[in-house]
Amino acid sequence: MRVRRHRPDDGRAPAAPAPGDASAPPDRPVLAGRLGRNRPGLAGGLARLFAGKVDETTFEALEDLLVAADVGLASTGRILAALRDAVRTGAVAPTPEALVAGLRAEIVAGFAGEDRGLRRAAAPPSVWLLVGVNGVGKTTTVGKLAARESADGRRVVVAAGDTFRAAAGDQLASWAERCGATLVRGADGADPSSVVFDAVEHATARGADLVLADSAGRLHTKTNLMDELRKVRRVADRPPGRVSEVLLVIDATTGQNGLAQAREFTNAVGVTGIVLTKLDGTAKGGIVLAIHDELGLPIKLVGIGEGPDDLIAFDPDDFAAALTGV
Amino acid sequence: MFESLTDRFDEVFTRLRGRGRLSEADLTAALREIRVALLEGDVKLEVVRELVGSIRARASLAELDKSLTPAQQVIKIVNEELTAILGGEPLRITYAPKPPTVVLLAGLQGSGKTSAAAKLARWFVEQGRHPLLVAADLQRPAAVEQLRVLGRQVGAAVFSEPTDPVSVARRGVAEAIRVGRDVVVIDTAGRVAVDTALMDEVAAVARATSPRYTFLVLDAMTGQDAVATAVAFHGALPLDGVILTKLDGDARGGAALSVAKVVGRPIAFVSTGERPADFETFRPDRMAGRILGMGDVLSLVERAEQNLDGDATGRAMERMRRGRFTLEDFHEQLQQVKRLGPLSGIVGMLPGLPKEMRNAAVDEGSITRIEAVIRSMTPDERNDPAIINGSRRTRIATGSGTRPADVNDLLNRFKEMQKLMRSSGMMAQAHPGGRRQKRRGGRVTPASR
Repeated sequence: MRVRRHRPDDGRAPAAPAPGDASAPPDRPVLAGRLGRNRPGLAGGLARLFAGKVDETTFEALEDLLVAADVGLASTGRILAALRDAVRTGAVAPTPEALVAGLRAEIVAGFAGEDRGLRRAAAPPSVWLLVGVNGVGKTTTVGKLAARESADGRRVVVAAGDTFRAAAGDQLASWAERCGATLVRGADGADPSSVVFDAVEHATARGADLVLADSAGRLHTKTNLMDELRKVRRVADRPPGRVSEVLLVIDATTGQNGLAQAREFTNAVGVTGIVLTKLDGTAKGGIVLAIHDELGLPIKLVGIGEGPDDLIAFDPDDFAAALTGV
Repeated sequence: MFESLTDRFDEVFTRLRGRGRLSEADLTAALREIRVALLEGDVKLEVVRELVGSIRARASLAELDKSLTPAQQVIKIVNEELTAILGGEPLRITYAPKPPTVVLLAGLQGSGKTSAAAKLARWFVEQGRHPLLVAADLQRPAAVEQLRVLGRQVGAAVFSEPTDPVSVARRGVAEAIRVGRDVVVIDTAGRVAVDTALMDEVAAVARATSPRYTFLVLDAMTGQDAVATAVAFHGALPLDGVILTKLDGDARGGAALSVAKVVGRPIAFVSTGERPADFETFRPDRMAGRILGMGDVLSLVERAEQNLDGDATGRAMERMRRGRFTLEDFHEQLQQVKRLGPLSGIVGMLPGLPKEMRNAAVDEGSITRIEAVIRSMTPDERNDPAIINGSRRTRIATGSGTRPADVNDLLNRFKEMQKLMRSSGMMAQAHPGGRRQKRRGGRVTPASR
């Protein structure tokens, strides 16, 4: 089996991490260095912005920009209202450049003062549960997290909590093998709660630091599957286990349905953070802005490819820059 | 949040009374609502703009049909416009004169290609064909194994080898010829449109296998990016159609509309569930309403069929019919309702539900309270609420965290319900007058409480 890494087509090495980004060791790629080049030209809308004075059409162009990024009408409205206020009070100069900068500042301001770190339990093992609808990248993210935590010197146990999908366990096994994490799996169709429970027991007995629990993708409209997930969380949280993160994985290409996903998963299992995946494509992942607005869920991680290193911390400045494409 | 487009229109048009033609202002207000509905439904911004333009043009010219309200008239036009884009020429699968008929699946990571490949193979088997599945996704760990397992489930052989996708595909077709399979379904790795190397690779797979059909597998929850992706894949391949997946969720699916409009290719198939059988040819009539958020009663029926326990409901109906519907039965029915999913989602599926009812229905809290009260009762009390005196009432209230007045309230309402069931003829033979009649050859069944 080969592992392909997505490398920038123009052969550039990934940019160095921003100063002060303590969570990323020097060799980890940073969002700004990997995106931007992938963005198709935002010629139409933005060209108009820079054509002259700021008027209603400028704001319309900004609205188009945000809506096209899946930010959604509600959040777009909120952001632009704040921007209009800022222009009115003189906080933002009425020039196109200042407006775009003001837009980015407004987006970034929404994320201020948040703790986006991954939480660990007071006593090991911590349990991190990954949840989400089908196909978003939960298993791959578990694999990347296992690689990263192992590289940082932690002992990791991976729980193959997707007992539904054909060969899901095999997929996770190859990730675990590569980074030296232990894999705990059950039979096909086994109760996922028991797999996670076994993993926690194993981790405790061996003094491991972290249990990474994968789960089967499930549409949030399926009550029986959401009930199953509730049970998994309950069981994983039984001592000695302590669920310190429930990460909802959201695909960057997702439209407004992402809001429904976030609401229902939060209701069911209490989501603690978002992982935004597949940001290496053309989609901008604006839906997480809407989710963050409505539910206040911190965006903790960003996936930018299929390789083990393609997982970085969420940075609001980089995100705002990529979203506004300037 | 779950106001349907119909509701919003009703607000806009409440003032209109039988006017012959829509005024500009009315139309503008309506079009604003349509724009919002379409954007919330994930239709691409540019497509929305174009659609609103054509709807405006048609609506200004149209004489109002007196039999429809202005709101309904406009919705009719919107529906027709959407259906025209989604419908167009339905794709009918035809087969290569010289077998095998090759079908190539491509798309983004996680869109559901591997599942779709297996389901498509099963569909071909149902059509009397003999498909071979080719596992050309060598990128994702265990993707080949996944397809092998699925292939076994649907009764289709799977070919793969650990070389490279182009060779696997080419040799897969050769293998099909060798063993006499008349259809080949090729699964490929997910890839992002901006990865030129991988886009070249899938184009090479197509050149090596000359597919009769190339389908873009598209997730129904995709947002504004759908068009960029589809255009890129269409440019590299080109595409013959789209397979829309995960339609069993509540994503509105506007991406499908955008792709159909911009790429000009039909939606060939839809995947409507996790089982191999959940795969069918596309029906445009239901999709238009779904995208608009107009309520989809058929989906509600299906969700009910999926989630409700038919036996339990049947038993309850029988008990109701015989006049024996108790609080225990009521409690069980509440459990059934909860299994349909978040109430707000269901309510959103009911077109034309008055706003007051809608707000009442979404009070999930009251269902919880009712359940708690019933659960605090003893089996005897549930079977015969008449025995509930003051002290029992107090006990039930304490046990359920409610007040004795709430318990009273529930019991009164339940009595009303039973009366209603009795008098409506549900409890008796179905006769228009609602009265109990002598059953032929037997005694009239006496109703219980």
